Amino acid sequence: MSDRTHSTKLQDKIESNVFVMFLMLAILLSVGGLVEIVPLFYLKGTMEHNQHPEIVWQRKPGQTLADWKPGDGIRPYTALELMGREVYIREGCYLCHSQMIRPFRDEKERYGHYSLASESMYDHPFQWGSKRTGPDLARVGGKYSDEWQRQHLIAPRSLVPESVMPNYPWLAERMVDGQRAVKTVAAMATLGVPYTADDYGADFSGAAAEVEGKTELDAIVAYLQVLGTMVSFEEGVDYRE
Amino acid sequence: MEATEKYHFDVVRWFTIMAVVYLVVGTLVGVLIAAQLAWPVLNFDIAELTFGRLRPLHTNAVIFAFGGCALMATAFYTVQRTCGVPLWSNKLAWFTFFLWNFIIVSAVITLPLGLTQGKEYAELEWPLDLLIAVAWLCYSFNFVMTIAKRKTSHIYVSNWFFLGMMVMITYLHVVNSLAIPVSLFKSYSVFSGVQDAMIQWWWGHNAVGYYLTAGFLGIMYYFVPKQANRPVFSYRLSVIHFWALMFGYVWLGAHHLQYTALPDWTGSLGAAISLAMIIPSWGGAVNGMMTLSGAWDKLRTDYVLRFLVMSLAFYAMSTFEGPVMSSKTVNALSHYTDWTIGHVHSGALGWVVMVAAGAIYHMVMKLWNTEMYSAKLVNLHFWLATIGAVIYIVAMWVSGIMQGLMWRDYDAFGTLSYTFAESVAAMHPYYVMRAVGGAIYWLGGAIMLFNIVMTIRMASATRGVGAPARA
Repeated sequence: MSDRTHSTKLQDKIESNVFVMFLMLAILLSVGGLVEIVPLFYLKGTMEHNQHPEIVWQRKPGQTLADWKPGDGIRPYTALELMGREVYIREGCYLCHSQMIRPFRDEKERYGHYSLASESMYDHPFQWGSKRTGPDLARVGGKYSDEWQRQHLIAPRSLVPESVMPNYPWLAERMVDGQRAVKTVAAMATLGVPYTADDYGADFSGAAAEVEGKTELDAIVAYLQVLGTMVSFEEGVDYRE
Repeated sequence: MEATEKYHFDVVRWFTIMAVVYLVVGTLVGVLIAAQLAWPVLNFDIAELTFGRLRPLHTNAVIFAFGGCALMATAFYTVQRTCGVPLWSNKLAWFTFFLWNFIIVSAVITLPLGLTQGKEYAELEWPLDLLIAVAWLCYSFNFVMTIAKRKTSHIYVSNWFFLGMMVMITYLHVVNSLAIPVSLFKSYSVFSGVQDAMIQWWWGHNAVGYYLTAGFLGIMYYFVPKQANRPVFSYRLSVIHFWALMFGYVWLGAHHLQYTALPDWTGSLGAAISLAMIIPSWGGAVNGMMTLSGAWDKLRTDYVLRFLVMSLAFYAMSTFEGPVMSSKTVNALSHYTDWTIGHVHSGALGWVVMVAAGAIYHMVMKLWNTEMYSAKLVNLHFWLATIGAVIYIVAMWVSGIMQGLMWRDYDAFGTLSYTFAESVAAMHPYYVMRAVGGAIYWLGGAIMLFNIVMTIRMASATRGVGAPARA
């Protein structure tokens, strides 16, 4: 086999010492990832709000998340939305629904303005998805009433006969855990999501009060209804340049 | 028993058996979720059985339970035989076996409960992620140390591929799983948005590229020459194949994010290198195929060799399809559709499982020092697997391309021709077809399990239970 034939001195050296081979591989295998990933953390062009700061909500002192109106700009999720997002992840919604609209004519007409990187900058983890067994949800917020969303989550085929989505009747019966909400907001704050002391207090205990008495259905509807509603896009502006 | 054996093969035997068991379980879950998309009533309104929770169970079971056990069985088997020495540590290998299976059982419990990090193929929560890291390092360390004390002067080519996989999977798993816990079974990725997306698909595509490609190429480079009883076609081609594949695959993840909010340069870079990857991929496929030069007649009688050759044909096909799908024009149509699912399964059903099945049949005969209980059943498995895979792939090609075309179709008035719901309804016949193809494929796997169990029983009976099997 390879014992007697070798192509170059270096290859021969690598093939006869497992630690040299290990080292060569360790270096070689790191290159692609470093080149493609690291610049995304510092290149200004990656996040659109570096060129268009107005797409991020500019809070005035003393303003809380409750003062935000749709179109004011990108903001952290409220505690209730965050808990809805947890349900979204738990139920594996991302396996059938994308949250990433591409800049094509048909996607614009079907779903709305193409998605921006800045729009998911507070999404730990990202929920862009990779498959549309169901439609994209990046801008589903405000497209249907709360009542429609509730009915659709509990029994999708009662509203859309062609749907293959599972029924989620248990969402209406399960309550959101207040302490979990506090911990989740705290975790997001640790990761750099800009919650202020005015939002839920310095210890985030206000998050528990916000989700008090809410069901998981309330939470996920709150989350769905905010998706894509944060930025008000200006006609004719190319945000991804 | 150990005293009479030159190598530590008991742990290999158990990894081999568990690989086949997990293949049957993992593909059965796959058939169920495929059927759920055709008939949503099969979700039964039970949270733990819904598509969104079982799909991660399916992917984790086939990739990490079946694939992992197959890789550990074959790596531990081939490293001993190509180095001429027993494993560096038999105890560590057994520890790896029990830990890996504990992780799998935990996954089977936690994923249906909805305990997930929400990143594809990296769903397992942080305590299990830590255990995976421990098991993986034990596996890799044992492998490297076994090579270090080998009797041969040079390291055989199959071991290069296994080693590359071990290094890369360590990188990927550690970086992509970085998360901040909020409870024992819930954590959130430290990365967000576009960076998280790039890291996820760097992981996602390289789980395919290293775990399911490089690792299984290691299998190919040992078992194809062995089964055909011919030397590898070209040493030089394997050197080029190896280094080009190792360097190139890392870059491909970005092609999953073309036209998204990922900067254009990253997606284009990923697509460009994807296109170039056809060279090392086909180099490897040709190297495997041509190893049969002068031995092609064996295909008529050797059913195990049929699996290995068919796997290379599927490998060549899907490594051609991959670059095509990563080109921007095609990707604009294929992304978000079933075409991607079909592509993954042509690699998984056609390449990964077929090459592993060939290797497993080969190993079972060597490890238990016997012939298969039924060669006819091996042949039946081969045809069920081939036909099942083809039905599955064709169904997904048609549905994927149809979805893509329906979504972008305009009528004479310049308005969208179809609602999304209409495209869902149009998929129904293909989803049924896919479930049928998957069920046929599953049946082949179940027959394999039966055949192997009967082979082991037969071998034990003739020799007396617990009697040594010669290596």
